[in-house]
Amino acid sequence: MTEARFTGILYPALFGLAVLFVWQAVVVGFGVPAVLLPAPSDIAAKFAASLPLLWADFVQTVIRAVIPGWFIGSMAGFLTAILCDRIPFLRRGLLPLGNLVAALPIVGVAPIMVMWFGFDWQSKVAMVVVMTFFPMLVNAVAGLEASGHLERDLMRSYGASWWQTLVKLRLPAAMPFVFNALKINSTLAMIGAIVAEFFGTPIVGMGFRISTEVGRLGLDMVWAEIAVAAITGSAFYGLLVFMERRVTFWHPSYRT
Amino acid sequence: MSAAPAIAAPAPVKPEGHTLPVVVICVLIVLAWYIAAIPMNWVVTGPKAEAAGGGLANLLLFSWNEARPVIPAPHQIAVELWKSVFMVKPWMPKSLLFHGWVTLSSTLLGFVLGSLLGVVLAIAIVHLRFLAKSLMPWIIASQTIPILAIAPMLIVVLGSLGFTGLLPKSLISMYLCFFPVTIGMVKGLTSPETMQLNLMRTYNASRSQVLWKLRFPASVPFLFTSLKVAVAIALTGAIVGELPTGAVAGIGARLLQGSYYGQTVQIWAALFMGSFIAAGLVWLVGVAERLILKRMGARP
Repeated sequence: MTEARFTGILYPALFGLAVLFVWQAVVVGFGVPAVLLPAPSDIAAKFAASLPLLWADFVQTVIRAVIPGWFIGSMAGFLTAILCDRIPFLRRGLLPLGNLVAALPIVGVAPIMVMWFGFDWQSKVAMVVVMTFFPMLVNAVAGLEASGHLERDLMRSYGASWWQTLVKLRLPAAMPFVFNALKINSTLAMIGAIVAEFFGTPIVGMGFRISTEVGRLGLDMVWAEIAVAAITGSAFYGLLVFMERRVTFWHPSYRT
Repeated sequence: MSAAPAIAAPAPVKPEGHTLPVVVICVLIVLAWYIAAIPMNWVVTGPKAEAAGGGLANLLLFSWNEARPVIPAPHQIAVELWKSVFMVKPWMPKSLLFHGWVTLSSTLLGFVLGSLLGVVLAIAIVHLRFLAKSLMPWIIASQTIPILAIAPMLIVVLGSLGFTGLLPKSLISMYLCFFPVTIGMVKGLTSPETMQLNLMRTYNASRSQVLWKLRFPASVPFLFTSLKVAVAIALTGAIVGELPTGAVAGIGARLLQGSYYGQTVQIWAALFMGSFIAAGLVWLVGVAERLILKRMGARP
């Protein structure tokens, strides 16, 4: 078990180091101009040199826009799913629409959100809410139907009310689906906030920095910003995986 | 995901239709839209309605027919769509069909490339054990990077290398859509049970024979589920890929132009056009799925 965990970390780490090494070697060896592809060492240097700026962008984009939007959108989707479960008519009407909307290019709503809610973080939050709502709705509705007939019959034989069945059986059974949606939403939220910044923003934020630095051909700064995004995204994802293990410890995929 | 019976209902419940509820909800949304347009457009239309003498009739008239509204009424979008699809020749830059085609072509190229890459990666991961361990975490990590945010930079860099037009946009679509295909195909290729794999071994089948005669057919349902997701995000990638190219052509360019010049109706029309394309593509993949599964002998 411990050995498996060790190799599970070692192999990807070696692979990543190998990629970084090849990248560095190719850039230095072939003299690739920094305008096209900066070397990892240059990016690291830029990263270390501009920590305050990166932090300000991080606060503007992640703390002010991504996390509140992700929370509100996921929560709204979840509550709507419970409402749909209570009112079957609503579910039958809303679910096909939700499935359709989940497939639509929702990023296109960004200019409208910027127009409605202004340039600052409010429009980004709105964008993230719109992007995260439907994946959560569709997944949570599917999750609420995931409990088996046997278990539901057992709850009925206990004389459990709708609420008791929901809280004690169906919500726990829905958790794998909910966490799946939360993971999907964590990447969608980052994308939504950053893309919304392309359409108008105050002079701070990750999307703003990326688009202006591309214009000035400061690619090392762009890559530093990408590194921040990647670290944030991975940490976000890792945190969700950790919470999922804690909440859905009973699921077959975690049994050893 | 068919409608499961409510808890209290006895077991055999006839599957309920979706048509009526969907229609009702759609009508409700359109109604809410019309009503919401009145207060939301008030900033623009309020003074005009007052100047025209006030009254409910004037208010509705102005709220629902404003040329530069905060939110256009549904019929304004429909008119704009009709005008820019049917009243203009399809090869003119004013036509939405022209922009739709530009976006669609890079979507399709990216979708094909991404699906191929996804399938190849999945086959490699299933057959080479060390790849499963070393590559898989990076494939997952690659998706936590908001590629759409980097898209503009990729386009500029590729543009300076001499790659312009279709290819850079397609590369973004490709990057986005290989992931669901890889994940789905790894699941699908490993879905045959041990018994079936043992049977192949007793037949003395080679690895490629196991792949083509057992693993691949078993993975087809998984493949199509992933392809539906992939085609939708390929379109999203293509649209975002158009944003930094200077707003020349495509749905994304249309959105950007509309946002620069405050042409709300144009933004909404482009948005609807993109949605129609997305729905059409997902539908086409669904049709292909049904045809192929039928030929493979699956019963509906």
